[in-house]
Order: sequence, then C-alpha cells, then structure tokens
Amino acid sequence: MGRWAIAVHGGAGVDPNLPQQRQEEAKQLLTRCLNLGISALRSNLPAIDVVELVVRELESDPLFNSGRGSALTEKGTVEMEASIMDGTKRRCGAVSGLTTVKNPISLARLVMEKSPHSYLAFSGAEEFARQQGVELVQNDYFITEENVGMLKLAKETNSILFDYRVPLETCSAGAAAAMDSTLKMNGLPISVYAPETVGCVAVDSEGRCAAATSTGGLMNKMTGRIGDSPLIGAGTYACDLCGISCTGEGEAIIRGTLARDVAAVMEYKGLGLLEAVDFVIKERLDEGKAGLIAVSRNGEVTCRFNSNGMFRGCATEDGFMEVGIWD
Amino acid sequence: MGWAIALHGGAGDISLSMPPERRLPREAALRHCLRIGVDALQTQKHPLDVVELVVRELENHPNFNAGKGSVLTTVGTVEMEACIMDGKKNCGAVSGLTTVVNPVSLARLVMEKTPHIYLAFEGAEYFAREQGVETVNSSHFVTPENVERLKQAKEANRVQIDYTQPIQKDGKTENPIADGDGDSQIGTVGCVAVDGNGNLAAATSTGGLVNKMVGRIGDTPIIGAGTYANSLCAVSATGKGESIIRGTVARDVAALMEFKGLSLREAAAYVVEECVPKGKVGLVAVSASGEVTMPFNTTGMFRACATEDGYSEIAIWPSVQE
Repeated sequence: MGRWAIAVHGGAGVDPNLPQQRQEEAKQLLTRCLNLGISALRSNLPAIDVVELVVRELESDPLFNSGRGSALTEKGTVEMEASIMDGTKRRCGAVSGLTTVKNPISLARLVMEKSPHSYLAFSGAEEFARQQGVELVQNDYFITEENVGMLKLAKETNSILFDYRVPLETCSAGAAAAMDSTLKMNGLPISVYAPETVGCVAVDSEGRCAAATSTGGLMNKMTGRIGDSPLIGAGTYACDLCGISCTGEGEAIIRGTLARDVAAVMEYKGLGLLEAVDFVIKERLDEGKAGLIAVSRNGEVTCRFNSNGMFRGCATEDGFMEVGIWD
Repeated sequence: MGWAIALHGGAGDISLSMPPERRLPREAALRHCLRIGVDALQTQKHPLDVVELVVRELENHPNFNAGKGSVLTTVGTVEMEACIMDGKKNCGAVSGLTTVVNPVSLARLVMEKTPHIYLAFEGAEYFAREQGVETVNSSHFVTPENVERLKQAKEANRVQIDYTQPIQKDGKTENPIADGDGDSQIGTVGCVAVDGNGNLAAATSTGGLVNKMVGRIGDTPIIGAGTYANSLCAVSATGKGESIIRGTVARDVAALMEFKGLSLREAAAYVVEECVPKGKVGLVAVSASGEVTMPFNTTGMFRACATEDGYSEIAIWPSVQE
C-alpha cells in the first residue's frame, strides 16, 4: 500500500511489418501519456481521475483505435464505445454507439456519476451527451484517411475469404499482400487489423484502483456491434484489489470474462496479481488472442499478452518505467 | 446426474398481498413454461434449444417483463434485450430491440450467424430483418399495466430522472412505487438447463427498468453479469441491473465453484447474500451434475424448477425452509 503505479495500452495484435517510424510514434505517444498519468499521480489525483485523463489523451490522438483514429464500421462510419470503473465501491459507467462525442471515456464517467444507470448506448447516449453539454463534433472528425484505406482493404480481403471465385491477381496489390500474411486477428489479416482499444489502469498512493478502456471497435464491423471494451467484467474491471483493462479479440475477451477473472482469481484463489494475470492469459483465452494491463492495490503493475505484440507502457513510484510493443 | 431445469419470471418487491386473480395466472404461466421445458429435456432436446424455447414462451406471456409485457422507457417506448450462452461459452446478445417478437431467438442468431457476440439498436433491428425473424409494430409489446406503471414511476421519480440535478445513487431503489398489482417491477425472465450429459445453457430476456433512460442497457445482455454458462454451471440473474453488473453475478457463481470449490448451492447463496445489496437480486442456476438452486434477496421471485429425479417446485415467495 502507499505506492502508486500506472499502465497504458494502445491495443494488442500488431503488424510485424509495422514501419519503424510508426513504431517510434507509438512509443512516443505511450510515453507522453504515461508521463501525464505519472504527474497526476504525483499530485495526488485519485486513480479514477488519472485513468480518465490518460484515456482522453489517447482518444484525442489519431494514432490508436479510439476517438479520433477509430476503426470504421462496414458503412465507413465511426461507432465508439468505452467504460470506466472505480475500484472503491465498484462504481462503473459505460457507453456504446457514440458518433459525435469527442471523448467517449468522459461520457462513460458521466453515466457513472450523473445518471441512474451504468450503461447507455446509441441515440440515448448521444442525447445524454447533449444534455450534459460535453464536446460534440461531426462524425468525420474521427475518420482518418489511413482508416478509410484500411477499411477498403478489409472489405477486399473479406470478400476474397468468402468468394473463392475471385482470382487473387484481380485484387489490389494491398489486398493480395494482406492475404499472404498468415497472422490474423478477429478474422482479419494483421496488416489491415486495427489493434482495438486504448486503456489505462492506475493505483494511487491511497491504494485505490481504477480502470478505463475506449475503442472504435473492429475494422469493418457490422453497425451495432458491441465488443468487449464497454462490458464490465470483460474489457474493464476494478475492485479494491486491482484494476484491469483488456484489448484484443473482443469476442474472446467477452467469453473469457477476462478482466473479472483476474480479480476473481485473486479474490477467490488468493493468487497475487502477476500469477493471476499469467493464469488468465494462459487459461482463459482458448484460441483467442488478447492482452491486458493490470495494477494491484499494493502498487504492482503488469502487462501480458498472447497476441503478436501489444502497444503498452507502465511505471511505478520507485522509478521503474517501460514502453514496448513486442515480447 | 440427470437433467435439471429452472426458470424465473423476475425478482423484486412482489407484494405478499397479491390477489388471487393476479397470482393464479402467473403461477399457471410458470407451470406451463416448466412443462414445456421438461418435455423438451425428456425428448433429448439440447439445453440450448430448451432454454431458448422456454424463454420465447416467457417473452410471449404479457405478465412478465420481457417481449410482450416489457416495461417502458421514459418516453413510453419498449427497448428489449436478451442473451443466450452455452456451456462451451458460445454466446449471443442483443439490446435496443423495438420490433422483434422474440429477442432471445435473435440473440441466438447473433451467436450462430455472425462473427460477433453482441448487436444492438438499429444494427440489431437491421440484422433481424436480414434474418427474416418475426417482427411487429412495437405497440404489440405495450400493455395497459405498463403504461400505468410508467405513469406512477414518473410521478414518484421526478427528481431522479432529472439528471441535471445531483443523483443520489446509493441505497435508494429507483422505482419506489406501490406494487399492489403484484407484478415484479424490476423483472426479467430467464431459463437455465442441463441434460444428462452435462451440456449446459442459460438464456435471459427483459424489457429493462421501468422509466429507464432511452438507450439504457442493463445486466441481461452482459456476459458474466445477467447471463453466464461454462462447463460447471449455467446462471440467469434478475433484479436491479446496475447491482448485477457491478457484482458480475452470473460469472461469480461459476468462479466460486471453480476457484473456491463451493457447491452450486453454496456459491449461488454466497453471491446473493454477500456480493450484492439486499432487495436487489435473484438468480436461477443449474450445475453440470444436475443440481438446481434459485436464491433471491428480494421479497419474492417468480420461479419454477424440476429435476430428473422427480423434484419440482413453482413459487413466488420464500418457501418455508428458506
């Protein structure tokens, strides 16, 4: 108790051919967000405030798949979702189907604090956003050129996957190259997959844990598709023992109730944070690919994943700091 | 070992002074649904098929808060949600349905016909049309009792639904309405089943909370909160959604069995007594070895269960032993 710790992530399942420059940009963004969180913790901001402000920063930057830079639905639009949980009292808030809210994580927080409910979605959530006076923008604010290109590739590879009559030579070079890749995430070749989700977990010097997760979801998803990020117990969880944020194949994370399982294993089996996280990543994902970041009330922090890479960073009060992408 | 089934029509502050003309039809409905489920298990239907058909029956019944008879949102509309899961952890969920006659069946189609687990609102309605499931005008789901219930809720709750004012969230029930009419205010319907081979399944369906904000999602479609199944047990919860979500109720029953070695009965009792506030939650659960349990911490819970060795029960309030 008494030591703060923090971890951030920008998604699991990274293209091994990601250009060096992109890798550098990602590491710089993670470092910047980590430092933001560290200053906040040093000035005694409670964990719940820290995770919100860090995720806001990640949402605002177009590099990762959340807020601006979100992956696109099959219709080429953006539908964002997020959740936040405060370990003390296990208060939580979640949102889905947002199309104009600049910072989904902040709306999730408002659901938690200013509504009688825990989870609001689609037009109801947008209406609540208007009433709360949060910053709203046009949907195309969130759309990046890069993701428009990725969506096109995703559609081409999906149609190749399903229509074997189409000769590979007639597809765009990008789609053909994507098909060569044997690595897949959620049915998409890893080169067109946009690692889903950003997140932050923190424990403050009072031992309070919190977790926050935000995403645009799966590239080329059906409209109305909800993933793991807004689901308490799947993508996000916090209690008095720990705080967890997950990323990766949403469906695998939901079935594995990944975030809750880390805490349940600690609570009911008495395992420590590191053991619990290792157990869950090894035993709870079946064939699924995912990663998670976690902190415990004792100031421990860990990041684990079984996917090909995960954008992440973590830091503790005694000066440890690390940012990484690969194993 | 042997098959077992349990179903519920919602937990809540069900008045003990419910008059017979309200009580008897509900008991008859529970008996009818139990019969359907038992017949299906006896003819070797897979538990996934069993829970779906029982929940469809409960959805069609206008006196329970699911499908027809769903409670209304603050603007007087119906927004239904449902979830289904089998012991292999295949699952499907839907929210924000307004025209689909049987939400639980759409949840099953999401599970079986899409690469996703959860579809909601317009996207879910669109999928329903693509799949050709039965849809009707949303007025089909609205009953006079629920119109009245909404009116009462609005009169009692003026402050709490006005979210420009500070909300007091702890302790208070959001729907402190006289329920002399005997119906569960915060209900849901659900069914869990296991066959003689240990195959498990759970399904839950609801209209949600009376006077809920448009777009509010409760515990029912959230895997691990209102619905859960794995190789050990199948669970369907009912009550105050926000409490069930925070308490990850359905998942915790299974987790206690797995990680603490508790029996089904012990695990379910522990969750309902220790992990959620009093007066908010009930659940039904079966285990792979054919046990069944139906604990609740509310005044009552519409429920029924049966096991292969001949035990059966249909009840609303706590039985004498409890």
